[in-house]
Amino acid sequence: MTELRGIYTLWLREIKRFIRDRARVVISFIQPLLWLVVFAAGFGARVVIPGIDYQQFLFPGIIGQTLLFTAMFMGISVIWDKEFGFMKEILVAPISRFSIFIGKMLGDSTAAMLQGVIVFAFGFILGIPFNPLTLLAALPVMLLITFGLVSVGLIIASFIGSLENFGAIQTFINLPLFFLSGALFPATGEGIPQWMQIASKFDPLTYGVDALRTVILGSSWTPLQPLYVNLAIIGIFDLAMIGIGTWAFSRMKK
Amino acid sequence: MTHAIETHQLTKRYNSFKAVDNLNVSVDNGEIFGLLGPNGAGKTTTVSMLCTILKPSSGTATVDGYDIVKESGKVRKSIGIVFQDPSIDDRLTGRENLLMHANLYSVPVSMQRERIEEVLKLVELEDRADDLLRTYSGGMRRRLEIGRGLIHQPKVLFLDEPTVGLDPQTRDHIWRYIKDLKEANDITVVLTTHYMDEADRLSDRIAIMDHGKIVVLDTPQKLKETLEGDVIAIKSNNNKALMELLTKWLGFANQRLEKDSLEVTVPNGRNIMPRIVELANQNSIYIESIVLREPNLEDVFLHYTGSSIREDTTKELYGLSAIHRRAIR
Repeated sequence: MTELRGIYTLWLREIKRFIRDRARVVISFIQPLLWLVVFAAGFGARVVIPGIDYQQFLFPGIIGQTLLFTAMFMGISVIWDKEFGFMKEILVAPISRFSIFIGKMLGDSTAAMLQGVIVFAFGFILGIPFNPLTLLAALPVMLLITFGLVSVGLIIASFIGSLENFGAIQTFINLPLFFLSGALFPATGEGIPQWMQIASKFDPLTYGVDALRTVILGSSWTPLQPLYVNLAIIGIFDLAMIGIGTWAFSRMKK
Repeated sequence: MTHAIETHQLTKRYNSFKAVDNLNVSVDNGEIFGLLGPNGAGKTTTVSMLCTILKPSSGTATVDGYDIVKESGKVRKSIGIVFQDPSIDDRLTGRENLLMHANLYSVPVSMQRERIEEVLKLVELEDRADDLLRTYSGGMRRRLEIGRGLIHQPKVLFLDEPTVGLDPQTRDHIWRYIKDLKEANDITVVLTTHYMDEADRLSDRIAIMDHGKIVVLDTPQKLKETLEGDVIAIKSNNNKALMELLTKWLGFANQRLEKDSLEVTVPNGRNIMPRIVELANQNSIYIESIVLREPNLEDVFLHYTGSSIREDTTKELYGLSAIHRRAIR
């Protein structure tokens, strides 16, 4: 009971902080719009994805990208907690490190999910053809993707001491994972260099984006892997990250 | 149980360096216990171990009867901590911060509201409770942190440098809280500080710590009494030369150079003062002012650790004059 209450408390804090940071919420609304409207219009005019309109192809990718960026950002916010001292208050509380990790992870995941659902709404407004009911099918897939990504952010943050390294995360984690995932263009298949095909196999987001396309685009999309294989890979990734995260948090001193 | 805290050979090693060295100390129930020492003396390390943030390298301690190594969960429930550095969420309101703490320490839901109101009243922040922390002043944040440490009604409250960086008025304010707190709540307070006046005003007993060990432990009054005599504080145009003269001609051992004055501890200051002035005159050293005062904790600290708590520059000079130590009685 103590542990559950602790988890709930930490979850609630993340949500409150997320909602109160209005400037960031607005900025994070704009970014997916830029991709879906401007980028899709220009890039889509030259690129042909067999069987699908480019914007339609891009849409699940941008949901994945939004989940990735928000999850990573929220996870990294632990650095703030460390720098401004709040982490100490949590670490000396009589709850286990596992609960602390899970509480934060669920809170940050909720924030990323809210963000992802908003992109869904944009897609609807922009007239991207999909059945509104697919949202219900997409939600659990999105959640599964988010858990692992948030965990990665939390793990990195638990090792990094200061905010100065923040930009490095963008360069070394977010963008490579985004580009290699096949969100913007197919990262496998004919004409794609061998190295990229291999690298994309090691990108957890590859499986996330593929799963989202399968769910959202339905029969017009030919999956790289069957849905259950994608989900199994993401699930295993999540469990591994949660395990590492708990370990990383238990060695954190301040 | 008469002791709120007992340590048994408590030790923290970093490689070969002993930050805390076989510490054996007992803190009585209901007292304010001052832990005084220069930076790096091992105060914060000791407190971190008692709060179960750090694991001891060897030895152990009990807090509120619970072992800090084997029963860290129970220890955590029994203690409140106010950290040296801020540890509050400034994007939440005061009330939200307190509520979060109550939840983390599983204060029964039915009692939360009451406790929060109580604490807000104690630290006089009722009217600001629903404002975001970022709009609070430094002193207000500190007060809220002290209040937060009390929400779960701890048996032992750790205050690590509670008034660092605050203006004199706020410090005074916070000191009064701490005093009142102890009276009203039957709580044991462990206070670490490097402010002498703070330790003097608040503590029932003071332990002076240096190099990971407790050098001396007593009431502030007794500590000051152990230093017999008076302190003469002299300002002259050449403090250093005067110090050498006093050592040479009058055999003074207990001298130290402060930033702009020379402080001499002697058994009978009234009789000595004229001789100092005379000696200075004979050697054409001009004395700007000369003051007689009772020893304070700073002098006590210096006496036991051989170094000033504020800076270590006087250490060497003091050590030199200590070699010549002989009484003039």
